Amino acid sequence: MDKKNAKKLGVGKKTKKAEGKKKTVQRTGDKANRNILLVTYVFVFLFLALILYFSYFLTIQRDSVINNAYNARLDSFADRIVRGRILGSGYEVLAETKVGEDGSEQRSYPYQNLFAHVVGYTGKGKTGLETLANFYLLSSHTNLAEQAYHELMGQKSQGDDVVTTLNVQLQQLAYDALGNKRGAVVAMEPDTGKILAMVSKPDFNPNTIAADWENMVSADNSSGQLLNRATQGLYPPGSTFKIVTALEYMREHPNDYKDFLYDCSGLLTEGEYQIRCYHGEAHGQVNFVDSFAQSCNGAFATMGLSLDLGKWKSLSEELLFGKELPLSLAYNKSSFVMGTGADTWEILQTSIGQGGTQITPMHNLLITAAIANGGVLMKPYLIDHVESAVGQSVKKFTPSTYGSLLTAEESAQLTELMQEVVKTGTGSALRDASYTAAGKTGSAEFETGKESHAWFVGFAPVENPKIAVCVIVEEGGSGGRAAAPIARKLMDAYLE
Amino acid sequence: MLNIIIDVSKYFMILFAAIYTYYNFSYFRYSEMEEKHRACAGQIRVLFVFHALAYGILYLKTQELRVAVFYVAQVVFFLLYIYLFRLLYKHVSRVLVNNVCFLSCVGLVILTRLNFDRAVRQFVILVLSAFVTWLIPFVIDRVWQLSKIPWVYGIAGVVLLLVVLVLGSITYGAQLSIEIGGIRFQPSEFVKISFVFFVATMFYRSTSFRQVCITTAMAALHVLILIASRDLGGALIFFLTYLCMLFVATDNWGYLVGGLGIGAGGALLAAKLFTHVAVRVSAWLNPWADIDNTGYQITQSLFAIGTGGWFGMGLYQGMPKRIPVVEKDFVFAAISEEMGGLFALCLILICLGCFLQLILVANQMQAMFYKLIAFGLGIEYIVQVFLTVGGVTKFIPSTGVTLPFVSYGGSSVLSTFIMFHVIQGLYILKRNEEEEFG
Repeated sequence: MDKKNAKKLGVGKKTKKAEGKKKTVQRTGDKANRNILLVTYVFVFLFLALILYFSYFLTIQRDSVINNAYNARLDSFADRIVRGRILGSGYEVLAETKVGEDGSEQRSYPYQNLFAHVVGYTGKGKTGLETLANFYLLSSHTNLAEQAYHELMGQKSQGDDVVTTLNVQLQQLAYDALGNKRGAVVAMEPDTGKILAMVSKPDFNPNTIAADWENMVSADNSSGQLLNRATQGLYPPGSTFKIVTALEYMREHPNDYKDFLYDCSGLLTEGEYQIRCYHGEAHGQVNFVDSFAQSCNGAFATMGLSLDLGKWKSLSEELLFGKELPLSLAYNKSSFVMGTGADTWEILQTSIGQGGTQITPMHNLLITAAIANGGVLMKPYLIDHVESAVGQSVKKFTPSTYGSLLTAEESAQLTELMQEVVKTGTGSALRDASYTAAGKTGSAEFETGKESHAWFVGFAPVENPKIAVCVIVEEGGSGGRAAAPIARKLMDAYLE
Repeated sequence: MLNIIIDVSKYFMILFAAIYTYYNFSYFRYSEMEEKHRACAGQIRVLFVFHALAYGILYLKTQELRVAVFYVAQVVFFLLYIYLFRLLYKHVSRVLVNNVCFLSCVGLVILTRLNFDRAVRQFVILVLSAFVTWLIPFVIDRVWQLSKIPWVYGIAGVVLLLVVLVLGSITYGAQLSIEIGGIRFQPSEFVKISFVFFVATMFYRSTSFRQVCITTAMAALHVLILIASRDLGGALIFFLTYLCMLFVATDNWGYLVGGLGIGAGGALLAAKLFTHVAVRVSAWLNPWADIDNTGYQITQSLFAIGTGGWFGMGLYQGMPKRIPVVEKDFVFAAISEEMGGLFALCLILICLGCFLQLILVANQMQAMFYKLIAFGLGIEYIVQVFLTVGGVTKFIPSTGVTLPFVSYGGSSVLSTFIMFHVIQGLYILKRNEEEEFG
């Protein structure tokens, strides 16, 4: 309402006309009018706030709200727009829509199975980047005149291309290195959060998803090809969890943790319970650094028994166990179940990453990346930018910080430990690399009589980390032998 | 080809709505009656152009003769309503008449697009309500007893609400309507008006503490019955209206502050005690957490508004039918989706324009009784608009109220006509007075 209105609504002017009325009546009338005006201003203000909010919603929130798998409206965009392409970081075509002469459309994935989970599929619903970038792929930013022309001719406009952070070479290396084994490999830049590679096996061919569907979802099929193990697979973390145990031990013994000494005979007996080192190997006398580098179960179980279970639990939460991850792909939450009432056996098991603890490879990578990045976790992301079909940039995504998971000092201490793993311990696969590397191996037992799951998490170069990798090979045996070499291949290729 | 016509037309519809809104506010700026009348004449022209364009699209898309016939019937109705009103009452508020037509017109356009049969039904109720309630200004001018029967209003209101509470059928978790002779109607829509009359007559007689206590007790009874019927939106409208009227009638800040405090406490208590309140609040705070269930309606609404964007998808190009109760409580989302966020914004401003006109009438009435009536009805109107638009856009929790004249619903249409024609009656009274003595 402008000033003129206010004046007109205001007191006096009209009421003065009522000459015949009593003065008291006029005064109550004036007061009433003043209060009416006041209430009116409050409502006008409320509406201004509502309009402001509405405008904010339509300008700022809109994209993130409507780009939702539940928004069926996006599918109607496909009536007017040819779905755009999904490209690798070097503009390799990962997914494109081929339009036949009769106007029929076919979504095609030139790399077949290679990007099955991370790029995803269309047809039987949408997954991966196909759902994440759905809105961009179905929006067109070619010039308006051309769009109008297409519209008039009854033709479709070409949707925008989504350029991802995925490195085709790394993806291929990881894919080949896993071979026929089940498992997952994820790699990201610790200082930006860019996801460089994400492989999950077993996989499927998104080009033939419709034909293979029945078979894959049938009850007889136990291989779970559709599951993206990198983000959804929950595994016992095994010895990679010693990163957490070590951190908790350092927090509780800030000045004397390096004085820790343990005499390893390959077997720790605690009352009726026994904890074995991998293959019963005796590490002899080990200090704090050695026990981490050699991955001595006895030493870590001993440390675990001395820890404050409440603080340990809250550390696990700080490291995002049981919490939402800053990840837009479908994922499962990791879990750290040990509470303050845990018995000795549970503590012994949990210390070395067995017991009820479960983690996804992606989450394990995020912890590692945070350590590499001075304790600060960058939000992982897959879309680098969106550009129109003629190459004009439409939207650029930039790295953003999630927050600190641990202090810079703690991450330096852990880096030191993890570097020792490579130099003298179980991470020998990376020992003669041309760059410095840090990491932790793990061999997680999950079922008696079966080979353990082989884990490796690590990053390189230590001085200025450019890549962090997490590898899990199901039933691969020792992490040092089965998982670390795969990480090395990726690091070699990326740091060359 | 039709797609491109619809695409181009949506920009024109936004343009027409914007011009109409501009006229609406320039009306308030002008001081001379002649200028005001010129603005109103401009509004009428834009209204008919908009109407023709919208129904042109609806006809092209459906290719049904009945749509064309329906359009002609509406034109006749609007012409009659606008010009016959002036013949019956010389000093009718033209801007209010125009706004009734524009809001009804937008409602009919979106209803025709959503559900033709319901649009026709709505139209029939519009016509009947408009013409029957033409009597109201006549009654207000002639019947002096209106200010003398507070307990008739008060008791009638409470009884009607109680009847719904006991016999009412449940729609969307709230007991709102009863059926008489095959016609379903929502008494609370009419009690809104009797309630304002009750409060106005009570405070017109006296604003002593005793009188305030008695009136407050009756008002609280209204609100509590509505809460018991789970009609949260209704309860909120009654509560806020009473508080504003109490404040204006007594000029007592203590009542206002105390009342707001009690209201806030009551709301918190309700959110704790009643699960259906808690559900709505949590659906508001984070609808994405339960997108399939409690958050379904609001997220569909946000998808609709968001996907439509500033300029809309164009008529028939969106999916408004995916929103539950879209013709009633969520009609604003459908309009925003297909006709555009800018159009929806104009609609909000036009509603605000109606409110300002109602308040101007309240301001100009000398008798406290009339002043309070105009003010009370104005507050009821604007609170209702705020609740529905705010609820649909997730600005506030959804309370399930309709957008007056736009939403589908017979009781809502008739009661809003009564409301607007009472104001017209007061306006005419005032203008006649001015002409006599001025």
